[in-house]
Amino acid sequence: MSTFLGMPTAPRGVGHLRGSEPFPAAARRALGDAQLRRNLAKATSTIRAKRAAVVAELPDWEALRTAGEAIKTATMRDLGRYLVQLEVAVQDRGGNVHWARDANEANQIVTALTRAAGATEVVKVKSMATDEIGLNDALAAAGITAHETDLAELIVQLGHDRPSHILVPAIHRNRAEIRQIFLREMADADPGLTDDPAALAEAARRHLRGKFLTATVGISGANFAIAETGTLCVVESEGNGRMCLTLPQTLITVMGIEKVIPTWADLGVFLQLLPRSSTGERMNPYTSMWTGVTPGDGPQSFHLVLLDNGRTAALADPVGRSALHCIRCSACLNVCPVYERTGGHAYGSVYPGPIGAVLSPQLTGIEDNASLPYASSLCGACYDACPVKINIPALLVHLRARHVAEARQARLVPSAEAVTMAAASWVMADPRRYQAAQRAGRAGRLLGGGSAMISALPPPLAAWTRARDAPVPPRQTFRQWWRSAHRDPQ
Amino acid sequence: MFPDVARATVTVLERLGHRVDFPLQQTCCGQMHVNTGYQREALPLIRRYVDTFERHEVIVAPSGSCVGSIAHQHAMVARRHGDDQLARRAEAVARRTFELSQLLVDVLGVEDVGASYPHRVAYHPTCHSLRLLRVGDRPLRLLRRVSGIELVPLPDAEVCCGFGGTFALKNSEVSTAMLADKMRNVLATGAEVCTAGDSSCLMHIGGGLSRLRAGVRTVHLAEILASTADRPATTGSGR
Repeated sequence: MSTFLGMPTAPRGVGHLRGSEPFPAAARRALGDAQLRRNLAKATSTIRAKRAAVVAELPDWEALRTAGEAIKTATMRDLGRYLVQLEVAVQDRGGNVHWARDANEANQIVTALTRAAGATEVVKVKSMATDEIGLNDALAAAGITAHETDLAELIVQLGHDRPSHILVPAIHRNRAEIRQIFLREMADADPGLTDDPAALAEAARRHLRGKFLTATVGISGANFAIAETGTLCVVESEGNGRMCLTLPQTLITVMGIEKVIPTWADLGVFLQLLPRSSTGERMNPYTSMWTGVTPGDGPQSFHLVLLDNGRTAALADPVGRSALHCIRCSACLNVCPVYERTGGHAYGSVYPGPIGAVLSPQLTGIEDNASLPYASSLCGACYDACPVKINIPALLVHLRARHVAEARQARLVPSAEAVTMAAASWVMADPRRYQAAQRAGRAGRLLGGGSAMISALPPPLAAWTRARDAPVPPRQTFRQWWRSAHRDPQ
Repeated sequence: MFPDVARATVTVLERLGHRVDFPLQQTCCGQMHVNTGYQREALPLIRRYVDTFERHEVIVAPSGSCVGSIAHQHAMVARRHGDDQLARRAEAVARRTFELSQLLVDVLGVEDVGASYPHRVAYHPTCHSLRLLRVGDRPLRLLRRVSGIELVPLPDAEVCCGFGGTFALKNSEVSTAMLADKMRNVLATGAEVCTAGDSSCLMHIGGGLSRLRAGVRTVHLAEILASTADRPATTGSGR
C-alpha cells in the first residue's frame, strides 16, 4: 500500500466540499423527486448525444486524449517548478501572484484585495474554485456583495440554491422554475415574463448589464494557466465572462494549482478536448486569454491567487493524483447512470458525479467524504468519456482500499463488514472450506419456501430483497455435479 | 451459486471437441474483496488463482467481471502489496484467461457453436464485458448463429443495470432506480428472455423481473449456446 504522507487537507467549516449527510441518504431524497429525475434525464441525454456526435467527427480523438493525459501526467510530476515559472511570468507582465494554502487563506486574500480596491460589489464569472472555498459567503461576511454573472450560476444564486453540475450548475431546474425564480428575486424583471428561453435570457441580460457597467472588481476562475508565458485562459459560452474579465479595473483570478500547463502548444490540445467533451461543441463561443496587465486596456490591476486546499495531499498519492488531471468538462457526469438519477446535490460537494467522487474525498481527507468512493457501480462509462483518460473506476477502487485501510487503523474493533470480508477471505482461501460453505449455503433453500426465488433475506442482504428477489441456492453445486456425473474425483 | 452456467460452459466446449478440466482447488477470483476495498483479504485468493491455473493452457470463465478482475486487478493488488513475483505470474495467467465469448470467437475462431434456442431474446452487454474487456459484438455474433433465435435490440443497452457488487447493497436505492430503467427497456422489447455474459448482472435484472412477476426470465449466454434441439435449455437458471 502507498503510504499516506499526511499533507494538509481542505479545512472543515469553510467552503463546499462536504455534504451534510452520506451519499445514500442524500440520494434517497433526490430519487423521490420526479421533476428532478425528468430534468436530469432530459438534459444529460441531450448533452450525451451532442458530445457523441462531435467526438465522432475527429479521427484523432483517441490520440488527443492520450496527449492530454500525457501533458497532465508530466505536469503533475513537476508541478512545483511549473507553478514558480508561472508566478515569475505573471509578475514579469505586471500581475501579482498570491499563494493560498487553503480556503481560509484564499478567502482572506480576495477579501483584502477587494477592500483595498474600495469595492462593496463584485461581478463574478463562473468559478468552481471560488465556490469550493465558499468565497461568496466570506465576501458577504465582509460586507461585499458578489454577483454571479454566468446565467446558470445566477439562477442558482437567485434561487438560494446550490449548483448541481460542473458545467450546467442549474441543470436540476427547468424553465418554468427559472421563470418563477426571476420573478421572485429580480427586482427589475418584467412581470409579464414568459418561460420562453430567449425571454429568460433577455431578462438576465438586462439585469446583469447594470452590474457589469458599475463593478470595479471582477473575480474569475481559470481553465488553464500557461507557465511559459504567464497567460490565463477562461473558456465560456455566454460572453458574460468576457465582460467580467475586461470591464472592471481590478481582476482577481482564483485558480487551483493543478490548472497550470507548461506551454502555449499544450493549450492547443486542451482547447480541442474541452468544448467537445463539455458542451458538445466543436469550439466554445468565447475564449478569453490575458497575460498580466496591458496599460490602457482592460483591468489595470491583476491578481492571481494559487489555491492548494488539499491538492498537494492528492498529489502525494501516486495513484490518486490523476484526479487532479481533470479539466472540468463534466463529460463523466453526463454519462454516469448514478449521477443521472441522483443529480449533483447528493454528492454534497461542489464537485459532483464520478470525478467528484474521486476528487472531493482526496481534498478533504477520505473520512470526511467516506461514502463517495462507494457511490458508483464501477460501470466504467466515465473512463470512456474522460478527455484526459482519468481511470475513475480504478481510482474509486483505490480510494475504497485507502478508506478501509485508514478505518482499520483508526478502529479498535473491526466493522461488521471487515469481519465479514475477512471471514469470506478465510473461507475462499481454501477449497475444502469453500466447498463446505457452498454445501452449508444450501440451507438457504429453506428461505425460498419451496419456490425458485427468495423474497426476503436477513440483514445486510435485506437491502437486496427490498426490491429484488434472490435466487434459491442450487440443489447440487457444480463441484458435486462435476465429481458425480462427470469425471475424475481428484 | 450458478452451477447451470458452469455446466453449460463445459457442454459447449466439449461439443466443440475440447477437453475441459475443472481444477477443484479453485475458489473465487477475489473481485468482491478488491472492489469493496479489502485488497489485503483478496491477496490469498489471487495467489490461489495463480497457483491453480498457472499450469493450464487456456482458462475460461463465463463471466466478464471475473475475467475483468483477473486481467485488471490481480497484478495491481499483488504489486501494491509488494509481491512483484506474484504480480508477474498473475499477468502471465491473466493473458491466458478469457471470457467465454472471447474464447470462442478469438481463440477458437468459432461463431456457430451448433446451438438451437427458439425464443425471443434481448442481449444486455454487461459493463465489465463491454468496457473492461472490450468484448464488443462477440456475444451477439455467437447469438446470431443460434438456430431459431429471435434477437431483439435492447434500448439503451450499454447503460449499467445497477448491480455493481456491494453497490447494490450500499446504495440499494440508486441501484434499484437504475434497475427500473433497465427492466423498462427489457420489457419494451417484448422479449421472453434477457441474456448476458455475467451471472451477477443477470441475478440483479432477473431478481427485479421476478419481484414484479414480469414474466421475463434471465438466461446466461452460455446456457443459450449449450442449448440444442435434442437437449434444449431448461427454463433458464433453473435449479
